Amino acid sequence: MTEETVELTLPSRVESVAEAAGTVADAARRLGFAEDALFGIDMAVREAVTNAVLHGNGADESKPVELGLSGTDAELVVTVRDRGEGFDPEQVADPTREENLLKASGRGILFMRTFMDEVDWRRHPEGGTVVRMTKKK
Amino acid sequence: MAELNIRERQAGDVTILDMDGKITIGDGNVALRSAIRRLIEEGKKKILLNLGGVSYVDSSGIGELVSSYTTIQREGGQLKLLNLTQKIQDLLGITKLLTVFDTYTEEAQALNSYK
Repeated sequence: MTEETVELTLPSRVESVAEAAGTVADAARRLGFAEDALFGIDMAVREAVTNAVLHGNGADESKPVELGLSGTDAELVVTVRDRGEGFDPEQVADPTREENLLKASGRGILFMRTFMDEVDWRRHPEGGTVVRMTKKK
Repeated sequence: MAELNIRERQAGDVTILDMDGKITIGDGNVALRSAIRRLIEEGKKKILLNLGGVSYVDSSGIGELVSSYTTIQREGGQLKLLNLTQKIQDLLGITKLLTVFDTYTEEAQALNSYK
């Protein structure tokens, strides 16, 4: 049985997005995820880390973004923790509604939910928000 | 190498941007925004984005395409898309933006649509 565990702390800057995505992609590939799934995982991780860097941590490089990964032959679980004040994902405007179609932002959560099987957000007991995303084989 | 390479060519009064690389948060987005801004300054308002060489777009890149579209439209111009890869087409479908953008698979057909 193949297992993967990764813990990575990244600074809150745009370059961390590609670093996190690359780390997760390598692990997901070793776990044997198919190409289509790899694309979706990559997309979801990029969106989650982008949100953590820009919205959660306000691009303040002193605030870390923590990436966690645990994977088995059956599923991959990725967590991304920021140090932000948190938000209610149900209050985020639906970007596919006609009045929101021409907005320049607000599509990241839609992509995360589209490409992963489960996505949820929780407050971390020591501060910040953790998004947990699961992809099953 | 830059994340996104953009080559410009002219077909009548339509400016075609052949794009190669990734339109993602950071360099790719900035390159597209700069190119669109420059075209507007030059008075070029009929723009066709050839996305055939674009391998990857994230939500920020999709947002930049939308911004480009609304900016050009505000200036009284038109921005259309050519040669979407299947993945980009899927992303525009998920975001319902296929209902917003005019998209083409043939350059000649795209150019005719501006007349």
